[in-house]
Formats: sequence, C-alpha cells, structure tokens
Amino acid sequence: MAEITAKDALNHDEIRRLRLDARRRYLRDSYVLWRRNPITVVGTLIILTLLLIAAAAPLLATHDPYNQILAERLLPPSADYWFGSDNLGRDIYSRVIHGSRLTLMIAILVAITSGPLGLMIGVVAGYLGGAVDEILMRVADIFLAFPKLILAIAFAAALGAGLENAILAIAIANWPGYARLARAETLAVRNSDYIQAIRVLGAGRLRIMFLHVTPMCLSTLIVRVSLDMGAIILIAAGLGFLGLGAQPPSPEWGLMVSDGRNYIVDQWWVSTLPGTAILIVVLGFNLVGDGLRDILDPHQRQS
Amino acid sequence: MDARVTNQPLLRVEDLCIRFYTLRGVVHALDEITLHVNTGESVGIVGETGCGKSITARGILRLIDPPGRIVKGTVNFEGTDLLSLSERDIRKIRGSQISMIMQEPKMSLNPSMRVGKQVAETLMVHDRSLNKRAARAQALEMLAAVAIPDPGRMSRRYPHELSGGMAQRIMIAMMLVTRPKLLIADEPTSALDVTIQAQIIDLMNDLIEQIGSSVLMISHDLGVVAETCDRVIVMYAGNVVESGRVTDVLRDPQHPYTQGLLKTLPDQVDADDVLFSIEGTVPSLLAPPTGCRFAPRCPHVMERCRVEVPPITPLSSDHDVSCFLHEPG
Repeated sequence: MAEITAKDALNHDEIRRLRLDARRRYLRDSYVLWRRNPITVVGTLIILTLLLIAAAAPLLATHDPYNQILAERLLPPSADYWFGSDNLGRDIYSRVIHGSRLTLMIAILVAITSGPLGLMIGVVAGYLGGAVDEILMRVADIFLAFPKLILAIAFAAALGAGLENAILAIAIANWPGYARLARAETLAVRNSDYIQAIRVLGAGRLRIMFLHVTPMCLSTLIVRVSLDMGAIILIAAGLGFLGLGAQPPSPEWGLMVSDGRNYIVDQWWVSTLPGTAILIVVLGFNLVGDGLRDILDPHQRQS
Repeated sequence: MDARVTNQPLLRVEDLCIRFYTLRGVVHALDEITLHVNTGESVGIVGETGCGKSITARGILRLIDPPGRIVKGTVNFEGTDLLSLSERDIRKIRGSQISMIMQEPKMSLNPSMRVGKQVAETLMVHDRSLNKRAARAQALEMLAAVAIPDPGRMSRRYPHELSGGMAQRIMIAMMLVTRPKLLIADEPTSALDVTIQAQIIDLMNDLIEQIGSSVLMISHDLGVVAETCDRVIVMYAGNVVESGRVTDVLRDPQHPYTQGLLKTLPDQVDADDVLFSIEGTVPSLLAPPTGCRFAPRCPHVMERCRVEVPPITPLSSDHDVSCFLHEPG
C-alpha cells in the first residue's frame, strides 16, 4: 500500500495550532476593522444598550406600563414621569422601556420566518431551474414590484389587525429579497464539482438541495438579514402607527406615536419620545449593518 | 491481464450519441460510440482534451445536463439499459454499482462538510436503514483502507485542510466504500503532483483488486494507461478510432492518430530534440468535417477520407480500427 508523504503527515498538534491561530487572527482583524470605524462602534453600542434595556425592562421601568391614572394625564416630563405621561395617564418612560422587548421580538420573529422561507424558495428555484424557477421568481417579482411597506400594509389589513398578523405580513413582504439572494448563490454552486460528485454518488435532489447547497447560502443570507433589521423595525412601527400592528394597550412604539398625534402641538412629548426611540434603534441597526458588511468583506482585510 | 478478467461484458455502450444544443449550434460531442468493459477488466480511454472522454463517462451515468442530450444509443449494464431507467432507479445504480472518481479532488469535496461525514454519506444515500454510527464506523474503516493516517482525527478535517493527495484518497474512499462493480476514474491523477500520482494509482489498483471492481480509466497519460489497463480505447473528436489490448495498440498502433499520439511521447529525453506534435488542431464539433474527422490532420489522407466515414474494421479478435487504410480486401 502507498506510503504517506511528509506533506500529508503534518503533525496533528501542528494542524490544530495553525487552525487556532488562523481563527484568532481572523477575530483580531475583525476587531481592528470594527474599531477603525467609529460609526460601527456607535451602532454596536446602541444595539447592546437596546438588548440590555430589553433584558432588564422590569428593573428599569419606574411605573407599571399599563397602569392608567387619569388624573395625571398628559403631564410634561418631570422627576416622577421622566418622559411625561400620555393621554391615559400612563408613564411614557416605562412604556418605552417595555416597548423595546416588543421591538426586538418583532425583528427576530420576522428574521427567523422570512429568512428560512426565502432561503428555501431561492434554493429550490435555483437548483431545479426551468419552469419551477420561472414560476417562483415571477411570484417573487410580483412581490418586489410593491414597496415593502405598502405590501405589508395590504397583508396586515387582509389578515386583520394584531401583532402576530403584522409579523406575518412583514415576513411575507420580506422573503422575495432573500429568495433572490439564495437563488443567486445556488446558481453559483450548483455546477460546482462537489455537487457533481454527490450526484455521481446517487444522492437525490432533496438531499443535494438541503444538505449541500443550503449551507453555502447561509453566510450571505445572515448578513443580508442583519442589514434588513432596521427596515423591519421601521415597517413594524409603521403598521403599529396605522393601527394594523400591535393593539392597545400594548406599549409598541409605533402605536404610542399614533396615540400622541392629537396632542403633538401642546404635549409634544407623547409622540416625540417613542418616536426618538424608533429613530435611535433603527439608526443603530443600520450603522451596524454597514459596518458588518465592511468587516465581512474579504477585500478590506488586505490592508 | 490477470485471472479475474472474463469475457462477460459488464458494461456495453452501443451507438451512444450525445449532442449539446447551444445557441451557436449543435455540438456533436459524441458520435455513435461503441465500447464495452468486461467483468474484472480495466479499460483505458485516451485522447486529447475535448475528444469526448469525460462526456462518455457522464453519459454512462446519465449525468448529462441541458443543453446536452443523449440523442440515441444504449448503455447496457449487467443486462439493463441504463438509458431507459427511471430517475429513481438510475440513482440507485449511481454510487452503489457504478462510481466515478473525478479530476479535481479538492474541488469535488463539499467545502463545508467534514470529510468523514462525506464518506459516510455515500453509505447513507444508498441505505436509509443505516444509522449514523454504523455509517461512520464503516467510513473510518474505509479511510484506513485508503491509507489515511489516524482516520479518527483526519475524518474531522475539512477539505481545505487536506493536501491534494489526501483529498484524492478521501474521494477514492467515498467512491469505493459501497464496493461498486464498475469504477470510472476520470483523470484521477492529472491534478496531482507527479510524486503522488504513482501512489494514488497503486492505491487504486490495490483496492480495486480487493473489491473486484472493473475499471474504466479516462486519461490522457498513456503511461498510466499502459501500466494499469488491459485494453485501451483511443478517441478522437467524439469518435472511437482504435481499440484493443493495451499491448497490441500501444506497441503496434494502426490508426494514424494513435501513431501520432504515441510519437508525441518524449522517449529518452535529449535536450536538443524537438518534441513531435500532430499538425493542426482538433476540429470544431459544431461543424465536424464530413467523412473521417481526423482527415484534415492525417498524414495518409486519401480522397475518400474526406467524404465517407471509415467503418470499424476488426484487425484481430480484439483489435478494431476505424480507418480506410485497413479496409478488408
């Protein structure tokens, strides 16, 4: 039987050390790229703060977000009501704090429903090709022909108002972008040698699509979904504002902006402060998204 | 030729025609190929790049993707015509009865999957009742059989962590773990360093002998074919021009193309020698020349070569040539 060459017989500890080294270097380079761009750092801090606030909401809130004290309605910001009180006498600060949980939940649920859905449709379209591809991609085109917000409004209205339906509506409006992306990746790998090799072995289409093609699409898709987070939150707030998303009395930010719009001239804080929360969080996600693209871009790593 | 070789045909390809319907026209990639592999036999296919060697291999497994199409012919494997099987049935044959080792070992392994899992997957594709553990155990055994040191740890590597030779061993393990009756090797060593080529060829031959597979070896390396094969098939521009026992064909080539091919081999290298080359280039298969496809480059070309296709003429019991120079009578 054949001998083992010196090249092949690299000692295992050596290999492990090299592997660890490479990983460590990658992380260090990522950190440098992250630090180099102050905007990304700001974005990251905003998201981290949001996560902390959501995790510690009951501790940070000064009042019960649902408790109405009608005698103390529409009070300006003060030592007791940090962000003032709304038209039903609820503490706006506490409601903004609790609203962070809703915002995160919406963003995550949309990501984990529309992401895999788009991924699956894209891989199937790209791998099978032909009529299946044509039909799935034309359907995607139809969805992409409308602005996402308009589409989400239409679906939310058709499904009926409510937080779950709003999440579903946003997910439906979101998948075509992911499907397009996954299809493009699939087309790039479907003719590669290793897919041919697995076909030679007698693997069926399902096995090839889900075990061999899908993993190759994951990394691009994850980046894309994280870039979309800001937009998802904005659409969710938009639906809440229009009364198609979260329903009263839940402390959803879009809904709170809507509640305060009758008082905007005299009691500006009722709408403005939840609105500012939306602004900051969306900004945070967008900044991180941009930074993430730079960090993961191999070309940036050369320098 | 060793004792295992029988005259029982395991694989019989007849009149196989494969065409590619491209926007620029129809490419006649394979034109009525006829060949056979007997049980226990090693058959080599040689020819220049683009003469249809790989297409033949893929045609046998029915892995021709659009715009390519198998236009006519039969691929008879152990009495069943593979071309008439359903997609599901041909899949059962692929990988379990007929396997194929590919040219670029590193590109032919899934970069995101540990190599041990890939070997185990071959087994699991064909035997759904097999559990992961048993498949893994068999895969490890196979890795040991292809002389991979410390299979337990190597099986957890990813393809990019392996050298070309190691990757080709993994590939061989993947393709032979199911003990196929026929192994197609599509230039198994051309992507490897010369020093490793011999090792891989030896390893392959050892395993094939143990398993008792027949081999269809595609190569443009006449040396490899001479060393490992019993019979050789010479292809040119989508046609079989000569076939026969390796010893007959390589020692006493009858077709002008085979003669030219053998002359291109540098024998005892003398630095001042100019390497021999066959004049001209392989014709475009978009519009193949009428008559013999080698006619434009042939030193013995006759008037009729440009008009008629030379028939396959048997010279002896197992040596066929397709050339008017050898027409009977």
